[in-house]
Amino acid sequence: MIHVPAQAHRHFAEAATERRDFAAIARWIAPGAKVLDLGCGDGSLLGYLRDTLNVHGYGVEKDDANVLACVQNGINVIQMNLEEGLSGFEADSFDVVILSQTLQAVYQTEGIVLEMLRVGKEVIVTFPNFGYWKHRLQLMVGRMPVSKSLPYQWYDTPNVHMCTIHDFDAFCAEHSIRVSERLVMTDGKAVGVLPNLLGNLAMYRFQTA
Amino acid sequence: MSDLSSVGIVAPQTAHFSKPLALQCGATLAQYDLVYETYGTLNADRSNAVLICHALSGTHHVAGKYREDDKYPGWWDNMIGPGKPLDTDKFFVIGVNNLGGCHGSTGPATINPATGKPWGSRFPVVTVEDWVASQAQLADHLGIRRFAAVVGGSLGGMQALQWTLTFPDRVKNALVIAAAPNLTAQNMAFNEVARQAIITDPEFYDGDFYGHGVVPRRGLRIARMLGHITYLSDDAMGAKFGRKLKHGEIRYGFDVEFEMESYLRYQGDKFAGEFDANTYLRMTRALDYFDPAAAFGGDLSAALKRAKADFLVVSFTSDWRFSTARSREIVKALLDNELAVTYAELTAAHGHDAFLMPDPHYHAVVRAYLENME
Repeated sequence: MIHVPAQAHRHFAEAATERRDFAAIARWIAPGAKVLDLGCGDGSLLGYLRDTLNVHGYGVEKDDANVLACVQNGINVIQMNLEEGLSGFEADSFDVVILSQTLQAVYQTEGIVLEMLRVGKEVIVTFPNFGYWKHRLQLMVGRMPVSKSLPYQWYDTPNVHMCTIHDFDAFCAEHSIRVSERLVMTDGKAVGVLPNLLGNLAMYRFQTA
Repeated sequence: MSDLSSVGIVAPQTAHFSKPLALQCGATLAQYDLVYETYGTLNADRSNAVLICHALSGTHHVAGKYREDDKYPGWWDNMIGPGKPLDTDKFFVIGVNNLGGCHGSTGPATINPATGKPWGSRFPVVTVEDWVASQAQLADHLGIRRFAAVVGGSLGGMQALQWTLTFPDRVKNALVIAAAPNLTAQNMAFNEVARQAIITDPEFYDGDFYGHGVVPRRGLRIARMLGHITYLSDDAMGAKFGRKLKHGEIRYGFDVEFEMESYLRYQGDKFAGEFDANTYLRMTRALDYFDPAAAFGGDLSAALKRAKADFLVVSFTSDWRFSTARSREIVKALLDNELAVTYAELTAAHGHDAFLMPDPHYHAVVRAYLENME
């Protein structure tokens, strides 16, 4: 058992108030589940899920500083590049595989989603919605969108594959991915009508079995 | 001037064991000595002990100095000491010279009590499993039931891994650094060339050179030169020596022309003057034979089923002798068994030697892991 420092617990709780998708992700995960978090950053989501749901599992992260932060936060982290696939993980070896706001920053989008489906019994993907009305408005006036959910300038963004909710729906249909649940939010509140226009964060849940 | 981050002046101790040790090769050592050093203080419930396993040419002298004016401290002094990543204010750290070694523990140069002469060629071939068994005897001797961590790099990392398999209940954490679940054919090939250099040296006398008053220096020297090439990366050698000339001009001969040759010869000479040829043969064989998956049809995941420890696995990108891919095999087998594992794949230029280097990020990862160890 890893000892988790008290400040790490506080950090996880704080991160969950910043990242509104954390609590929503938690509602889709059963207590005690075995979880793989791809692009886990400093391990906040895993830490939050561990503190609230007693999940166990691993994070995957390529960045040195984030790997160190995970170790400091008492998170089991595997340093590797997602773009190279998940060959270190057996098929169906996790209850849930999560890709939280990382989809837009990967090159091998298709390969990674298929790998998640192989490794997890269930998959959760969240991403910022490029179709959000504020983003559209900025494009209308001729500028690349910069917002709370897309906080980068065009020249320093890590995001390489932006998509809208409609794009991702089409992607799932083309890959015969059965979406079991979809939740669209803006600033932590669920969006019911015109989600592709009014939502800035999309969350998808797939079952693979 | 005393260095506050050093364990300071240390002294080796010797433990004698008269309980026979049955070795994997079938031989039994009726009695043996293990020489060791300790740093820090064993706490009241004896729960803060950390064992350091050494690599091919390592020793029990892991940290500190024997005398103020020693030129070099122990081989992992940058990692171990008060306030260092492996903090001796918190942990009781043990360094031990492996059986078959040449720095005080019973080995080929030791007098065999049965004959009154050095063991020489008759000293048995010892394995990683034998070392772990003997280290457990030392743990018993020191009253340590369970190690907070067993730590090692390279061949030392193999011992740390083996600890979790032989004694799953006696090790809470294993730090397996720059290691591999077994050696590749290429890796064993380097060992074979090194051994052949020693064995074919006329002054080796089939391992019984002690009585002839000679040492197979040429063989040891070539073995060490070869080893050094494989411990460094092409880039590291390029950065360190490149094509630099020793004398500023080409002399059209076979004496040292390039700086790199000067370095290799120096390292070879130094090693030949202090290391035992029979020990070198046995250390390389222990490397060759290590293969915990072999008894499980090559299935490493099945082999590691016994393990209960938490793991930190570390590899270095430029290490081609113990490549990152080999560490990832260990990680995969640990993941398959749902063990707690953290894997850091560190960007490093120094090749296999990187595990001994004081890289700030590497040390920060080890420090953070050890701080959060229960």
